[in-house]
Amino acid sequence: MIEILKRMLRSPQGALGLVIVGLILLAVIVGPWFAPYDPEKMAPLMRYKPPSAQFWLGTDQYGRDILSRLLHGARATVVMAVIATALGTLVGAVVGTISAFLGGRSDEAIMRTVDAIMSIPSLLLALLIVNLLGKSSVNALLAIALAFAPGMARVTRSVALAVRKQDYVNAAIARGESAAYIVGREMLPNVVAPIVVEMTIRVAFAVMLFATLSFLGLGAQPPASEWGLMVAEARRFMHLSPWMILWPSLAVALVAIGFNLLGDGLRDALNPRS
Amino acid sequence: MSPAYILKRILLIGYTLLVVSLIVFAITQILPADAAVMMLGENATPDALAALRVKMGLNDSIWLQYLHWLAGVLHGDFGLSMRTGQPVAPAMFEALGRSLLLALFSIVLMLVLAIPLGIIAAVRRGRAVDLGVSFLSYVGVSLPEFVTATLVVLVLADWLQWLPATGYVPLTEDPLRGLRHLVLPVLTVSLILIAHVSRMVRSELVDVLHSDYIRAARLKGLSKRQVLFKHALRNALLPTITIVALDVGYLLGGVIVVEEIFALPGIGRQLIVAIQARDLPSIQAGALILATTYAVANFLADIAYAWLDRRIQYD
Repeated sequence: MIEILKRMLRSPQGALGLVIVGLILLAVIVGPWFAPYDPEKMAPLMRYKPPSAQFWLGTDQYGRDILSRLLHGARATVVMAVIATALGTLVGAVVGTISAFLGGRSDEAIMRTVDAIMSIPSLLLALLIVNLLGKSSVNALLAIALAFAPGMARVTRSVALAVRKQDYVNAAIARGESAAYIVGREMLPNVVAPIVVEMTIRVAFAVMLFATLSFLGLGAQPPASEWGLMVAEARRFMHLSPWMILWPSLAVALVAIGFNLLGDGLRDALNPRS
Repeated sequence: MSPAYILKRILLIGYTLLVVSLIVFAITQILPADAAVMMLGENATPDALAALRVKMGLNDSIWLQYLHWLAGVLHGDFGLSMRTGQPVAPAMFEALGRSLLLALFSIVLMLVLAIPLGIIAAVRRGRAVDLGVSFLSYVGVSLPEFVTATLVVLVLADWLQWLPATGYVPLTEDPLRGLRHLVLPVLTVSLILIAHVSRMVRSELVDVLHSDYIRAARLKGLSKRQVLFKHALRNALLPTITIVALDVGYLLGGVIVVEEIFALPGIGRQLIVAIQARDLPSIQAGALILATTYAVANFLADIAYAWLDRRIQYD
């Protein structure tokens, strides 16, 4: 673990990714305490203020402090994306590992079906699922998790296929262990590293997808300070105050860039070739 | 590339579309809302509702409804829109045409810019140009479409006032105005694609330039230029075909947002409108058409790849 961290810090991508994601996590954990104002406190006399010493990032159409809203919204945006990715990864990893374990025709059938599901663009699949479940943050989370599962199943399977050929799996089969034991105890733990890399990069994608759903009015609902929703709400006031739309946009971008860098750095650190 | 392989791929597309149609139908049909109530309103008489349910086949078993729908789809009949009462298919295909126009312009712009950018970055590896291109493509890949679109509108439409921010004018009606309205959506979509593809071209080309046969070509006395254009590029660009095809899927997801932002009446926007109005036949048609486009694009890319790279033997 320490070794991987050291290797990551050596590459510029990994180091930058660690710093950005670290800062984001800090904002998620302690952000609300550092927010200078109440994120939902309206101030009719303080509307559309540009950045100033009083309001570092300016105020929105209700006179709410944008910095405070961003700091509070970090949880709604980032935590949701992380949970969605983790959930999707779990489902995908189980399906992929089972598929690789079964092999033969079952494997073929499962993977062809996974391919078929993947031909529905993730945003579209997420839209359809949210449409079915109703608009809310939790449903958007479930939708993203389900939309991610096929891709993760594919990645896991290719890794698990390599693991499947290892002697210790054959040994477990020879011992007469149950399929559940072999998949859960012998195979899954050994496919974790590549999955973690894929997962990190997917968090970036989940943040974007989650913000996009909120932006389309299908994720977080007002007065939440989810970043995608903030961008959507600020669009109408773009001409009055570009700051309102700029900050949450940049926040989403920063999180996505951070997790992308972290994923790339992690991949390089875990890959002995480089 | 044997005919058997092509046949296998075509069968796979069939299977893919079957699964997609099942998923789309299942997701849309198990909606809690009663389609008959939605069409006639809350105040409809029970008799009218019952009559409509019989007419729409809502009393049939779910499998029968699915088969009925599928039979219609295979004949190009997606049913009537619950919002407008008009047949869904013509409206959807017309919208698809506008989306394809957006996609086509974006892909052309992407190819014109991304490949040279990738080549320059790979050839000048580690220099300022490379770092600049790499940084920009990183940012481009990490920005959600709605953020890119917002920034593009903010700068080009709002501050500089060069182009209209939203709206759509058919090219047949007024080509100049039509093109002006297309610039910003095309720019948004292609910026994301350029970021993605130039990164890909760069990394492929860097790998190829390090290979033995390139060194052999250099040692043979060929100029750098000849090696690059005659030997390296051909192999480096092959994987790009697959990436472009995969990007079509990405593009189709992306157009949903981009069309919504720029009020471009393509299939993505139709789909959003349908979802907000819970117009089931339109949602089903839109989702199925998008998935089909993606599956076909992937198929064509595989065929093109196998045709261009004879080293690959598919069984």
